[in-house]
Amino acid sequence: MLKVSLYRYNPETDQEPYMQEVELDTGGKDLMVLDVLELLKGSDPSLAYRRSCREGVCGSDGMNINGKNGLACITPISEALKNGKGGNKLVLRPLPGLPVIRDLVIDMSLFYKQYEKIKPFLQNDTPAPAIERLQSPEEREKLDGLYECILCACCSTACPSFWWNPDRFIGPSGLLQAYRFLADSRDTATEERLSDLDDPFSVFRCHGIQNCVNVCPKGLNPTKAIGHIRNMLLSRAT
Amino acid sequence: MVSSVTNLGRSGLSDWLVQRVSGVVLLAYTLVVGFYLVCGGSEITYAQWSAYFDSTFMRVFSTAAVLSIVGHAWIGLWSVSTDYLTERMMGGRGTVLRLAFQAASAVVLFTYLVWGIQILWS
Repeated sequence: MLKVSLYRYNPETDQEPYMQEVELDTGGKDLMVLDVLELLKGSDPSLAYRRSCREGVCGSDGMNINGKNGLACITPISEALKNGKGGNKLVLRPLPGLPVIRDLVIDMSLFYKQYEKIKPFLQNDTPAPAIERLQSPEEREKLDGLYECILCACCSTACPSFWWNPDRFIGPSGLLQAYRFLADSRDTATEERLSDLDDPFSVFRCHGIQNCVNVCPKGLNPTKAIGHIRNMLLSRAT
Repeated sequence: MVSSVTNLGRSGLSDWLVQRVSGVVLLAYTLVVGFYLVCGGSEITYAQWSAYFDSTFMRVFSTAAVLSIVGHAWIGLWSVSTDYLTERMMGGRGTVLRLAFQAASAVVLFTYLVWGIQILWS
């Protein structure tokens, strides 16, 4: 039997959040955490969490699994228990730092507000070509490790700077995306993008502790991207 | 862009650069003074110590170190105050406490700066 500790909170009925202890027969299989939640929801339909693709592509089911942020659909129970926080028990909490709507569902408005700030779309003020804007293989290669972000928020909600200033610090996810457009040879708004980032909070609240790198389910490196943005700001201003 | 009127250089980049450069100055100063202390051992007399700091090089270097401490400390303490002493963390009291903390830090650092320069150049 697998012991599971679940963060439960229904603002309509609960005064405050609590941890619900349940047991589940997994049949000895090393299920994914999302499968565990699906089985639990079968016996308690009031359990709330987000999910969609169930294969690590949509980024809906980001949650705190035994103390480490990750995607429930691609985290096996064995890996979750290896985190060491919770012993042989699976401990599931919502992503930290953002308001909880219900159970494992968080309000991601501030996360999306920061994403919106970096203008996550190509801007080009030159006349549009007849067919498409071409890139050399080398130019395209610069986007590798950046475009793969699925906005699951595991990184930003693992970052203390984002916990303290989610309304002012863009956060690792947004900054990875910001560099994705700064590095794109087809984008001509580099100056405006950098001007928008040169304040004490947007980029410079990153102190390089690399929690984001540690938890990213796609193996991306936001700290490295933030370093590139700093270098671009530095070479522009000195 | 997020605006702020209390950070040192009015831009995130300048604060970041000042913190790095001041950190390097302080490391170099610690190594130079540390080297003098280790080489001198317990043999250093007050006269030697005083003469060492009376040289123009050490006066300029010590002034750079004092300026670095003040700049480095202001940027660090400002970051701490804007992380923890905020409306988000403590409601309406946040702004009052943050401004009081920043004012107190400014008074202490300004005093150290003037006092340090007075000791070095008088």
